[in-house]
Amino acid sequence: MALSPADVLAGIKEIVEEVAGIPAASIELGKNFTEDLEVDSLSMVEVVVACEERFGVKIPDEKVTELATVGDAVNFIVNAAA
Amino acid sequence: MSERRVVVTGLGATTPLGGDVETTWQALLAGQSGVRLLTEDWRELLPVHFAARVATEPADQMERVEMRRLDRSEQFALVASREAWKDAGSPDDIDKERLGVVIASGIGGVITLLDQFVNLNEKGARGVSPHTVPMLMPNGPAANVGLELKAKAGVHTPVSACASGAEAIGYAYEMIKNNRADIIVTGGVEAAIHQLPMAGFAAMKALSTRNDAPQRASRPYDLDRDGFVLGEGGGVLILEEYESAKARGAKIYCEVAGQGLTSDGYHIAAPDPDGEGVQRAIKFALQASGLSTKDIVHLNAHATSTPAGDVAEANALRKALGADADHVAVSATKSMTGHLLGGAGAIESVFIVKALQDRLAPPTINIEKLDPAVTIDVVRDTPRQLPAGDIAALNDSFGFGGHNVVLAFKSL
Repeated sequence: MALSPADVLAGIKEIVEEVAGIPAASIELGKNFTEDLEVDSLSMVEVVVACEERFGVKIPDEKVTELATVGDAVNFIVNAAA
Repeated sequence: MSERRVVVTGLGATTPLGGDVETTWQALLAGQSGVRLLTEDWRELLPVHFAARVATEPADQMERVEMRRLDRSEQFALVASREAWKDAGSPDDIDKERLGVVIASGIGGVITLLDQFVNLNEKGARGVSPHTVPMLMPNGPAANVGLELKAKAGVHTPVSACASGAEAIGYAYEMIKNNRADIIVTGGVEAAIHQLPMAGFAAMKALSTRNDAPQRASRPYDLDRDGFVLGEGGGVLILEEYESAKARGAKIYCEVAGQGLTSDGYHIAAPDPDGEGVQRAIKFALQASGLSTKDIVHLNAHATSTPAGDVAEANALRKALGADADHVAVSATKSMTGHLLGGAGAIESVFIVKALQDRLAPPTINIEKLDPAVTIDVVRDTPRQLPAGDIAALNDSFGFGGHNVVLAFKSL
């Protein structure tokens, strides 16, 4: 099923807020997970697993390191679900 | 260099009687029970349908995001430590290399371990939280408190079953005494109210099965006692080197005067009926603290409400204190809090500090017929006034494995 980038962004905002306690309003496409949002490596694993469950996609471990920003994650998930 | 002395400058607790020290202490003096029927369906699996859960859920005391990365035992440690630190005047500007943490747990993050095993079976390896290991490790409560306060003198976790909390306080005392640190956050926590540990204790016939009267179930020294009641929560004390506490103008509750540690070499779970190891631990604690049996006016007993344990302990106290046992007001507060395992020695030390401060020994509830084998002076039903002037009190704690810990506190 195709996912819209806006839906995926909204979902990621909810997940990151839930997992890492970062207010959804501060989560934007250009933000870097580690440097801007301070999501630590353990919490990043939680974010990835929650995204897989929510969007029905697989995010291989070797791809995770490439998902530096929220925008990278949105693009990856939209493409993977297409 | 003159002898370093160790004092108590802060207290914190979350217990079945209250979410802080003062609420707990007032409920304790009022003789209230923190034991309740369990509401979970799994209780039907067990011969025991009750336990003593904390009165205030950690969810009401900390942030949700923080909670999800912490085992329940770690949540208790942070709640109690924050209260204790604040009570000590939040001395945040102290040298972090002189700040340590010693917080014990009897079993560690057992609920996390079991929950994640369910996740593994239901969802596969990917369903196991990346926080699993930091949550289940027994040093997790100490480590999280150490992290929050940036403690750098050392973070430690003695493990000796139900003696763990007292052993932690003794370890902290030694750290200050031996000049490894000037201030230590110390205590013990436990979060093991779950069907598996409860089934394990029940299989040992260690738990009371008085399902028709849960609040009457924990009855140390009563003739009809039939086992302990599992409790949860924790207690934390701030220990500080006397001169540096005075120099910063800290409120000083009392002195940790000494400790005595022994082991039974007898049985993995049963107490030595002669209590020889307990007697030696008392003797060592008195020697270390320069106190005599005449100075002791109060003792918070281990007394868990098991048939064998209570009498073995009472006999050992009578032998160790001799005729002076007649003026020692013995309180068995597990009659109200239940048994917090690794948290027990810690909350009971908090109670001793409060008893010395208020000059009141808390009551022991639920004694209908005092076991005639018990020949010590048990404080029953209502608090008892302690004498004015210089006084001292003992806390004894024992653990499966034959661990005996006695801590001596004295007024200042």
